[in-house]
Amino acid sequence: MPLIEVDNLEVTFGHGRDVVAAVRGVSLAVQQGESYGIVGESGSGKSTVLRAICGLAPVTGGTIRIDGTLLTKPRTPAFYRRVQMVFQDPYASLHPRHTVDGVLSEPLAIHGFSDREGRIERALQDVGLGGGFRFRYPHQLSGGQRQRVAIARALILEPTILLLDEPTSALDSSIQAEVLNLLDRLRRERGLTYVLVSHDLAVVAHMCERLVVMQHGLAVEELTRDALQHRQAQQPYTRALLLASEGYGAGLPA
Amino acid sequence: MTNLLTVDDLRITFPTRNGPSEVVRGVSFTLGRERLGIVGESGSGKSQTGRALLGLTPAPGKATAKRLEFEGIDLRAATPATWRSLRGVRISMVMQDPKFSLNPVMTIGRQIVEAYRTQKGGAKRDARDRAIAMLEAVQIRDPDRVFNAYPHELSGGMGQRAMIAMMLITEPDLLIADEPTSALDVTVQLEVLGILDRLVADRGMGLIFISHDLRLVSSFCDRVLVMYAGRIVEELRASDLAQAQHPYTQGLFACLPRIEGGTRPLRTLQRDAAWAL
Repeated sequence: MPLIEVDNLEVTFGHGRDVVAAVRGVSLAVQQGESYGIVGESGSGKSTVLRAICGLAPVTGGTIRIDGTLLTKPRTPAFYRRVQMVFQDPYASLHPRHTVDGVLSEPLAIHGFSDREGRIERALQDVGLGGGFRFRYPHQLSGGQRQRVAIARALILEPTILLLDEPTSALDSSIQAEVLNLLDRLRRERGLTYVLVSHDLAVVAHMCERLVVMQHGLAVEELTRDALQHRQAQQPYTRALLLASEGYGAGLPA
Repeated sequence: MTNLLTVDDLRITFPTRNGPSEVVRGVSFTLGRERLGIVGESGSGKSQTGRALLGLTPAPGKATAKRLEFEGIDLRAATPATWRSLRGVRISMVMQDPKFSLNPVMTIGRQIVEAYRTQKGGAKRDARDRAIAMLEAVQIRDPDRVFNAYPHELSGGMGQRAMIAMMLITEPDLLIADEPTSALDVTVQLEVLGILDRLVADRGMGLIFISHDLRLVSSFCDRVLVMYAGRIVEELRASDLAQAQHPYTQGLFACLPRIEGGTRPLRTLQRDAAWAL
């Protein structure tokens, strides 16, 4: 049985004439321990799928199951202990007036965890930041360090599923490599399940075993990493993306 | 090839509590009618270099240089009047995000017409025709609609094209593009680059393309300057990027994930304190 099962998901925003169908019937199944990628351009609805799983976007049709159980609305605290999200922009996702310590202790307090001291120390170690970062404010951290704090915040509740929304697009490529390696290592050590959204095919090819390509709120094509690496895409849109990722010249429209 | 632009020993300093901080430290290069890429990480000084060429170093920063010449005009001693005759007329700049560089309460058309008439004068009707023609030139399919649209009514790619149209309507000799495509989707990105490419080829314009995307720059530009901590650490032909000599350039190139798969874990950049000296 798949761990995450999304069936015919629909998400619409707005009312009357201003209705926007952001996701129009997307189905996907992610196995335990798998890393699953969602690729697409801006406005394709890829982030909305993640937000819908997390309860941040209204589900207007279809179902989402975790471990076979239908999700409730609002989500239960137990759900958030299992599923955590890392957002795209580490400059926007950390409260500017909370220290790293505050950021990390809040989820522990909400969920009533014991041994908060030890957990915070360990979480910082795990993401490669020492205890010296504990009482800093976000403005005293670089982009890569902030994203590490965001990952630590997600991991501190010891979830089994991480939803990653473009975790490295706001970072320089050298920092991106460090964060991707960190995510890779954490998944191996803890047997985490990832759903990773990105516009960068190379990042998804590196991180995920399977991926789905989205366009205009629809799933265009599902591929394995192997098929992607051998450029065995069937749909013209996927091929266009593949071509475009090679840079200027190769991807020029004829 | 005559040089359009000569920069020798450009330095930009900002005063801080701990004394002046030099963010660009002795950058020198020349530019002909070609596509020059400037690559580097955030904080390497690439954008400040681009801004200094237009005299747009934000106060209280100071830009100094041994030589800063654009077609024989000494930019160091340029008066406000000289700058007015250069900015937007002979040297234009395209910024990263169309959302922040277009005026949100003016239609696209009015902004383009304003840019044109401030520099060239002439009748409104003339300017309008030119603006529409320019919007067509940047591959906007429905130029009349875009002319009358406000920035928020356009997508990012459209907005960036409108921005490019506005910068190019005065037919500048030099275009400085600061991450012009970073906010755009990959497929749109290539279209915008195609437009810039054609303009360089057709009009003999010089282009400075500032970007953090090594792969994109290497596939688009003729020559690449790699910046690190305010200095140019390497200058090379774009096609030779894979054979880069400097460990920083090599490291930057090696840490990119590849679709074909590669090393796992990814190679990370081991910074050497000596690079910043």
